[in-house]
Amino acid sequence: MNRRVVITGMGWVTPLGCDLERTWQRLLGGESGVSTTAIFDAGTFPTQFSAQVKGFDFDAILGDRAAQHISASRNARFALAAAEMAWSHAGLNGAHGVSAEMVGVYPGGGEGPLDFGNFAAAAVNGWDNEQRTLDAVRWADVAYERLSAVHELEQDPNCAASHIACRFNAQGPNFNTLTACAASTQALGEAAAQIRRGDADIMISGGAHSMIHPLGVTGFNRLTALSTRNDEPTTASRPFDRTRDGFVLGEGAGMLILEELENARRRGASILAEIVGFGSTADAFRVTDIHEEGRGATASMRMALDDADVKTDQIDYISAHGTGTEENDKLETLAIRNVFGDNAKNVAVSSIKSMMGHLVAAAGAVELITCVLAIRDKVIPPTSNYVHPDPNCPLDYVPNEPRQHDVNVCLSNSFGFGGQNDTLIVRQMT
Amino acid sequence: MSKRRVVVTGLGPVTPIGVGVDAFWQALLDGRSGTHRIESFDPSRFDSQIGGEIADVRKVNDFVPKGYRKAGKIMARDIELAVVAAWHAVMDAGLRTKCIIERADAEGPQNLDSARFGANIGAGLICADLGELSEALAQSTTEDLFSLRIWGNEGMQNLTPLWLLKFLPNMLACHVTIVHDAQGPSNTITCGEASSHLAIGEAYRTIERGTADVCICGGAESKANPMALIRQSLGKRLSTRNDAPESACRPFGKDRDGTVATEGGGLVILESLEHAQARGARIYAELVGFGAAHDAHTPMQPTTPHPEGRGVALAAQKALRDAGLANADVRLVVPMACGLSVHDASEAAGLRSLFDDVPVMAVNGGIGNNGAGTGAIDFIAACLAVHHNTITAAVNSDPLDTECGLNVVLDGPVDAPVDVALTTAYALGGGQNAALALKAFR
Repeated sequence: MNRRVVITGMGWVTPLGCDLERTWQRLLGGESGVSTTAIFDAGTFPTQFSAQVKGFDFDAILGDRAAQHISASRNARFALAAAEMAWSHAGLNGAHGVSAEMVGVYPGGGEGPLDFGNFAAAAVNGWDNEQRTLDAVRWADVAYERLSAVHELEQDPNCAASHIACRFNAQGPNFNTLTACAASTQALGEAAAQIRRGDADIMISGGAHSMIHPLGVTGFNRLTALSTRNDEPTTASRPFDRTRDGFVLGEGAGMLILEELENARRRGASILAEIVGFGSTADAFRVTDIHEEGRGATASMRMALDDADVKTDQIDYISAHGTGTEENDKLETLAIRNVFGDNAKNVAVSSIKSMMGHLVAAAGAVELITCVLAIRDKVIPPTSNYVHPDPNCPLDYVPNEPRQHDVNVCLSNSFGFGGQNDTLIVRQMT
Repeated sequence: MSKRRVVVTGLGPVTPIGVGVDAFWQALLDGRSGTHRIESFDPSRFDSQIGGEIADVRKVNDFVPKGYRKAGKIMARDIELAVVAAWHAVMDAGLRTKCIIERADAEGPQNLDSARFGANIGAGLICADLGELSEALAQSTTEDLFSLRIWGNEGMQNLTPLWLLKFLPNMLACHVTIVHDAQGPSNTITCGEASSHLAIGEAYRTIERGTADVCICGGAESKANPMALIRQSLGKRLSTRNDAPESACRPFGKDRDGTVATEGGGLVILESLEHAQARGARIYAELVGFGAAHDAHTPMQPTTPHPEGRGVALAAQKALRDAGLANADVRLVVPMACGLSVHDASEAAGLRSLFDDVPVMAVNGGIGNNGAGTGAIDFIAACLAVHHNTITAAVNSDPLDTECGLNVVLDGPVDAPVDVALTTAYALGGGQNAALALKAFR
């Protein structure tokens, strides 16, 4: 039994819009989704801009069903809306012969945003400055009064997967992974494994996240991971460029319908691409740094190539993790050179984070969607804002202009804090 | 590729009733309770003032190589629990990892390939250290009110630069993989109380298909802090039997009124049979089936489970089908049994739909519920029941709720042939369900 896994539907909610085709065109046009942060007042933060989702109309996408999901967090709403669009794109509305027990859900879903204002109020009231400790009684006085059960419980990272399961009556395997910035690539790889093995026929998989809230930005600012180019937000995300100074925080969701090939054929679905390889490794090196030889990333790409039984010279496009941090871009480049050897200089590499920003747990899903569209339209999206070559990054990054190319096989990388590495390989359906 | 057989060779429980496999099993045999009035902060303002803080976890630095001790500063409590559990599991399995060799805890060369050593760990929504964060936030006020503008300008500088890394859920796996040099496939599952079962199930698949030879898996979480406690309290999940903390959690009991928010979890070593036999490892049990499902019942929080336990039943059925076993083959069920009124009833209904009068070992009466690590504790208990052919008695469940209609073992421990055991779990908020089937190894 050799079950093949294909992609039959895709949907996304991104800083460049929520419509699949129009957002794709904007990516090809090199547009930026980055602007001054409006979700909260970041005016005094080291980083005052981000790639926020704009023009998102949850009620319009969910229609009459929106009321059933009224409690969903911002993160879960992105996830649910992207899943709705993917499900519809796959032609699964009203489809017959789909067993509920064989439809699963596997996002890389982030936590819902903290109820920051009320949380901070409790913290301020609870801090006993004389004793230098938290007074749990004073803290709870405010917390009981101001925190809401619904908001607190909807923060759990598995809630998006639950909303999706309830919407589509998906009674199959239901997981959520949260391996930081690698989460949705991880989720898609594991979801494909579920189908391959026969544990599901259809998996709704991808990712969703929003960390554009005060403590999210605080956390990344303290790590000095974010660009601080407050005077030029639209060109701040500069993957592989010598002047890069950190990533730009984005938010959103990408969801894909993964389906067993025969199941897709039986119901006459249009097949967008095939998932042929997955690799997952841990650096097992340091909490704060990537292994200096890109050990884990190298092993992850090799594992995916082995799984796909694809040689490096067959890869037409690498959708890089390409965050725009000094360390990631240098070491990802090194890892690509480790794996591809002499072929490294011949393969097109780009990072759509230059336009979308970094969607954290959702990044890999959105990037895999662009790989599928690149295969369909035979065009590679550019790395925008690439002006100054970096001697540590000597590859072909498809600078600033999209490139017509006969794209058949794509490799997509995602790496997470803590040394988590994941790689997917998708191929044109043959 | 033919499926490879997978066995359990190491157990590392970290629970309020005992840390390490011997202490834990003895506590189950003795029927001890580990829940008590919360000591780590003043709980008097909370509805539920009961917890299960693990006092006898020594400092995490006693479980890592000397060179790694600095990293202890950026470990949330959940991470510490996982690192302690990992040491116990690895030692119990007789694995000589990088950590064990550097610490000279055992003699001999490394006996596994780091590139084929994976990790799959369940984690919760890790709570920020409230003291640390509150102190920083309290310094950004004008006229006693928090000011975001002051915070952005200077207040946030009071947090250590690595602050965020203490609380990312994948940091449990990150630290464990660094300490033990596990470079293989790695994942972090965040599905509430179903997390450990899902993580163990996925690790099982990883070995079965040949992507790894050995996996460290399970989960850990701490709800022993004000934020976690209030979340559970607002969700109306907790017992308010504050005058009887040791007997507050009463799984399937007639007068149950909620669970107890505790801390703990466990990590276990799964290994391909071939790998285990080649190094002469002791085998607790064979993992033979995994099933995962969702009850697709209520999307909105606070969720309620399907009244017939549809998700539990479906996951259990899938696990047994996967194992090639019939319902009648099952000799023991270890359910989640958390002591919540509606949830226990749902779980019982799901199990009743599959099994007639099978003995049920409810282990959480004295352990409570820690979230993501809860299932690992149940899984470890199930492995030990199979290994020792012994079923331990439930703590606090007497008198039983006859409407639950389960054969919960109340007097024991009982000697019984446990050839096949099934353990089930579900997320209290979210509807994820999972089941794992174990078989005595022959």
